[in-house]
Amino acid sequence: MIAMAQRLPIIGFALVMAAIPFIPGMPPFWIVLLDNIGLSALVAMGLVLLTGVGGLTSFGQAAFCGFGAYTTAVLTTTYGLSPWLTLPLSLLVSGIAAVALGLVTVRLSGHYLPLGTIAWGLGLFYLFSKLEFLGRNDGISGIPPLAIGGLRMIDPGSIYFAIWIAVVLCALLTMNLLDSRTGRAIRALRRGHVAAEAFGIQTPRAKLLVFIYAAVLAGLSGWLYAHFQRAANPTPFGAQAGIEYLFIAVVGGAGYVWGGVLGAAIVVILKEILQSYLPLVFHGEGQLETIVFGILLVALLQLAPTGVWPWLTAHIPFRLNRKRPDTSLALPPRARAALTPDVLLQVDHARKQFGGVIAVNDVSFDVQAREIVALIGPNGAGKSTTFNLITGVLTSSGGTISVLGRKIGNATPQQVVKLGISRTFQHVKLVPDMTVLENVAIGAHLRGQAGALASMFRLDRADEAKLLAEAARQIERVGLTAHIDALAGSLALGQQRIVEIARALCVDPMLLLLDEPAAGLRHLEKQQLANLLRQLRDGGMSVLLVEHDMGFVMDLADRIVVLDFGTKIAEGTPEAIKANPDVIRAYLGAVA
Amino acid sequence: MTIMLFLLQDGITNGAIYALLGLALVLVFAVTRVILIPQGEFVTYGALTYATLSSGQVPGTARLAVAMGIVAFGLDLFAGRRSLHAALLGRAFAINILLPAAILALTTSLAGRQHLIAVNIALSLSIVGTIGLFLYRIAFQPIAHTSVLVLLIASVGCHLALQGFGLVFFGAEGQRGPALSDAVFTVDPLRFTGQSIAIYAVTVALIAGLWLFFGFTLTGKALRATAVNRLGARLVGIRTALSGQIAFLLASVIGAVSGILIVPITTLYYDTGFLIGLKGFVAAIIGGLVSYPLTAIAALLVGSVEAFSSFYASNFKEVIVFTLIIPVLLLRSLAAPAVEEEKD
Repeated sequence: MIAMAQRLPIIGFALVMAAIPFIPGMPPFWIVLLDNIGLSALVAMGLVLLTGVGGLTSFGQAAFCGFGAYTTAVLTTTYGLSPWLTLPLSLLVSGIAAVALGLVTVRLSGHYLPLGTIAWGLGLFYLFSKLEFLGRNDGISGIPPLAIGGLRMIDPGSIYFAIWIAVVLCALLTMNLLDSRTGRAIRALRRGHVAAEAFGIQTPRAKLLVFIYAAVLAGLSGWLYAHFQRAANPTPFGAQAGIEYLFIAVVGGAGYVWGGVLGAAIVVILKEILQSYLPLVFHGEGQLETIVFGILLVALLQLAPTGVWPWLTAHIPFRLNRKRPDTSLALPPRARAALTPDVLLQVDHARKQFGGVIAVNDVSFDVQAREIVALIGPNGAGKSTTFNLITGVLTSSGGTISVLGRKIGNATPQQVVKLGISRTFQHVKLVPDMTVLENVAIGAHLRGQAGALASMFRLDRADEAKLLAEAARQIERVGLTAHIDALAGSLALGQQRIVEIARALCVDPMLLLLDEPAAGLRHLEKQQLANLLRQLRDGGMSVLLVEHDMGFVMDLADRIVVLDFGTKIAEGTPEAIKANPDVIRAYLGAVA
Repeated sequence: MTIMLFLLQDGITNGAIYALLGLALVLVFAVTRVILIPQGEFVTYGALTYATLSSGQVPGTARLAVAMGIVAFGLDLFAGRRSLHAALLGRAFAINILLPAAILALTTSLAGRQHLIAVNIALSLSIVGTIGLFLYRIAFQPIAHTSVLVLLIASVGCHLALQGFGLVFFGAEGQRGPALSDAVFTVDPLRFTGQSIAIYAVTVALIAGLWLFFGFTLTGKALRATAVNRLGARLVGIRTALSGQIAFLLASVIGAVSGILIVPITTLYYDTGFLIGLKGFVAAIIGGLVSYPLTAIAALLVGSVEAFSSFYASNFKEVIVFTLIIPVLLLRSLAAPAVEEEKD
């Protein structure tokens, strides 16, 4: 989706950065500053992906810089390897360390993760400073400079190019990654697992991927740092540095790739100014810059919690037009089993207990091919829990659920969606800061193949175009084409529910589970929705829906199942249900 | 065998301190969702304020409390600018201006004129307590509704600023303070000092006190309600800002108590607190940031592991303590609930 026009600012930025060292009279001190900014920007960029986009906070990134720096330090000094040979090894070591730590850490919820990263960040720092072969507290010196042919990058002005080429390349790769099938999976992580997993995204794997990616970027920064300083010691890889990297990302704007670069510039320059001018003002008492730094940080969070970059871009007057996906590209339909048995879904004595509460009590019903079945009942009847049992969000306490005659046992949500069952949620679960198109494309996740590496190098474009075309077609089908580029969070709640339907349709399902799809819709919109669902049924799809709007249900459903307090009390055609005394009692009380 | 006993004794003494800090961290997190990195600064502020007072000088922290009070007063005025009335103004003025000013006046007049340990302790606790209170008002109350991550980063900012102030007030030199009691008695082969007994007693008393406070008092229950659902708590009439201030007040006093307890046995520097606080963290994480008894037990474990590793592998003491957390995290990962939703 990033057209050439959108690359122009990046090319411009690269040209400006390339020209800076050639400005006559450029003080070398500024070049050193820019080198430091570039090194920090690389780590911050990884954190943007990890923390801002993926929602995984890490205070330990400095330790991964340490892995990168020490790997090249040991290999070039003790074993005399060429720095270019140690580059892949440095990245590999950082990556392997990330796998080991990530397997433990990424499964943790919210605040355990940052705390855990502080702890192992410190542990690794002490390890670096105690190990004999890493030179203990003194570290390793005499690291050879980078060299291309006869050009040895000894002075800050020549390694400047290596650093900033790395920054620009990594920014491009990161942006490519975010704008892809894998990128959407990563961006969905921050809003919780359930919605992502319902469309086949393996959330632990996606989290581990960003963890490794961020660690490899940090490792690259460490490798460059070692050859820039020509020495490595534990101090720049400690907890303080890890904290500072997170600052940088937050100051710049944790959700934005260029926020990382901007944040690095702000923080590095600010630190430099504070360190050189504060002692003059306050007569050199103590670490005044840390005090000012800390206070500024707290103030910034109160005034602009999302960082400087989004604030800056909001003031840019022009907007780039997004390219519309070419809807003529077709995605091959999902491979599906022949509908030999007429029963698509068979729920047999399904049961769910939460402690002493029986939310679903031996409920049995089925959904046939080409049928709209409604699940109704008063609040707390167990309808949504039943949905969660079918889709694998909850594991059942008893009974069996079969799809096309095969028991699905305790299948994961990812396995259920592969069977062709897709769903919407009672409480809308869209990613609010992604566009409608991107949200809907998450539904087609399983129908694409491109992986992270292909996406980074833009080898995924054919695959990606088909996915977006499918998403655009489903958006058109539900009538939201006018909002295709709007952010999902900016839509009215009723429209967001329709976006969820489009996302579920992208799975190319045989059975659609809709949890209160008509809530928040106006009368006309409800009629449109009913027409759409009838069309889908006539096209061969089955629909199971939970709904409170009786007019809507009675008009639409072929068959109705009524739950009350977790137990099925009736089943039948709308006419039969309307006349059923048990149902009337459940809804209106005994006397009615 | 004797060595083992010595090490265990040492570990339990350290562990008791970590337990106190771990408890304070759990307390603050449970009420405000702030992961209190500056907890370590409360420890050093408490310890060094006490040590400075004992040497007859006026600690800079007393002036910091006044300065923070003025800022807090300004924020209170700004926040209440639409409905300023006498009662609100009076209350804000009393807490933010009069209280720290009175403490500063008292400190200045008493410093160097008396050597009662109890008075110095009382002064230290009130100085650090007011700093804690104002810290919440200034840094966290305006962003109390934001995500755990934003709060955490603000907390790191506070840590940096407070640690910087610590260097200004107390200098780079380490300090020690006078012991609470010089009593010594021996239970062969172990030797118990009055100080270590005081550590055990205070720890147990505070744990019991917190348990009673949260389990059986209305204020304690209100604090817990704030933690679970801020909006809900406000709707039933709990003043959530006040809950946060109480939590920070308690945490800073607990931190200062721990500092005063250890400063007679170890030399403390302006930046020692960070590492001590982090070990409290390790305990708090093992306790899952929710359980007080589990945190206390974990803290004893951390203290013992530290004591043993400093004897058998002193070089890798810190590595061992901080990697202790990895298996715990692993266990927590395996037991983590399957459904985790929308945390921001």
